Amino acid sequence: MKKQRSPAGPRAKALGLGIGGIVLFFLIWEATPRLGLVSDRYLPPASEVLVRLAQYFTEAAFWKDVADTMTSWALGLAIATVAAIVVGLIIGSSRFLRRATHTTIEFLRPIPSVALIPLAVLIFGTSIESTLLLVVYASFWQVLLQLLYGIADVDAVANDTAKSYGLGRLARVRYVIWPTALPYLMTGLRLAAAVALILAITAELIIGTPGLGKQIALTQSGGAISSMYALVLATGLIGVLINLAARIIEKRVLSWHPSVRGEVVL
Amino acid sequence: MSPLKRVAYFFGLPIVLIVLWWALSFGSTNFFVPKPFELAQTLWTTWIGERFFEDVLPSLGRLAVGLLFAIGLGIVLGLLIGSTRWLRNLLEPMLEFFRAIPPPVLVPLLMLLIGVNDSMKVAVIISGAIWPVLLNTVEGVRAVDSVLNDSCRSYGIRGFARIRYFVLPAVTPQIMAGVRQSLSIGLILMVISEMFASSSGLGFTIVQFQRNFAIPEMWSGIVVLGLIGLGLALIFQFVERRVLHWYHGLKEITHDS
Repeated sequence: MKKQRSPAGPRAKALGLGIGGIVLFFLIWEATPRLGLVSDRYLPPASEVLVRLAQYFTEAAFWKDVADTMTSWALGLAIATVAAIVVGLIIGSSRFLRRATHTTIEFLRPIPSVALIPLAVLIFGTSIESTLLLVVYASFWQVLLQLLYGIADVDAVANDTAKSYGLGRLARVRYVIWPTALPYLMTGLRLAAAVALILAITAELIIGTPGLGKQIALTQSGGAISSMYALVLATGLIGVLINLAARIIEKRVLSWHPSVRGEVVL
Repeated sequence: MSPLKRVAYFFGLPIVLIVLWWALSFGSTNFFVPKPFELAQTLWTTWIGERFFEDVLPSLGRLAVGLLFAIGLGIVLGLLIGSTRWLRNLLEPMLEFFRAIPPPVLVPLLMLLIGVNDSMKVAVIISGAIWPVLLNTVEGVRAVDSVLNDSCRSYGIRGFARIRYFVLPAVTPQIMAGVRQSLSIGLILMVISEMFASSSGLGFTIVQFQRNFAIPEMWSGIVVLGLIGLGLALIFQFVERRVLHWYHGLKEITHDS
């Protein structure tokens, strides 16, 4: 993929301004408690929180929490994706099933996954399965819906052409439906990756399954305020990394697709 | 499709599922799984009456206030940030970071800053639900049609009229996509803020049922949350159709040609 050449000026300026924005944010944060606008018992200065975050980076216990959170995130996302792809391809490949399942999907989808928290506690207690239940439920719909949109978008002429050339059902799924639905699937995955992190942290925060969320609840009730802020920053960093990774993977997987190749001027 | 067929498609699978559920739970004495009729009865006795006014309505009120603020603020700030290039460059990395913070971690944080009260819960909803609207608006303003933009400028349309008649209609599809995400995040945060720190509200009540092993009541609470989610989705669909009817029409035409 060729990079578009543009004069370095505006881009460097944008980058500089962006960094300036970050610095400005931390300066305001630093000043607010120092000037006494908000008591530093509730909002410790930024420097204190950043130092605490740096300390966390050297602690094995912190990385254990990160690993716990990321394990439930990755496992949940993987289960949800596989399930959604299988269900999506089955429903999507038949007009009858698509129509018949429409109301049920529309009814189940808006149920907020946090409504399942009591159920998860009841069945699984504070083990990782509780987190998984929430993560899988929430991310499953994201992937499934996008996939169904994608399958509905399949060009009828292309599908009929494939049929008249004697491509079987499986071959059509592989060569016609899959490539059309893939961009939608990647969008679904990107959304699901963000949602999965939210739900993983939520489960840890509310249910108390091991991970960063639980640690945040503990530091808050224990009054270790700068630790709590440091952990919140850490979750934000993880979120940024996940978003970045999702975008890079999306570009890689869809490098053949016009929307990414950028040859078509839209 | 004949109306009869449509009705069959609409209710077919749900009815099959409910019958299946009824048949499977018929002789069972499983403590965790309620029976359909029992659940419907519990739903009625538990939520209609006093609890509706004490727990459900306040929760819904907080949700509505939070969402309205989030959407309003998101659109206004988004228009402002999106149409000023230096402001956009300055704030974009920070906004990306804020969006990436999982909103539930803000519950303990805002509890400290504001205390445990209604405004904390509303603040939690706003702080989580604002990002999709805000960032989508910024993105939409950035991507407005450049020809239309130039036409506006050469006709001397600027200021409020430009926003009202050009920018706002152009970004509405993006805004609505953001609003859809905001609604579900808002509902999640409403429940979480009540589960984490509250003595009333839907989230609190449901957790309370679970702790007391009032299983049918707990299930009925889950159903109520599902119905609220469904209600929000229906309201959204209705509003979106009205606001974006020109857009859907346009898309149909370009799709057909």
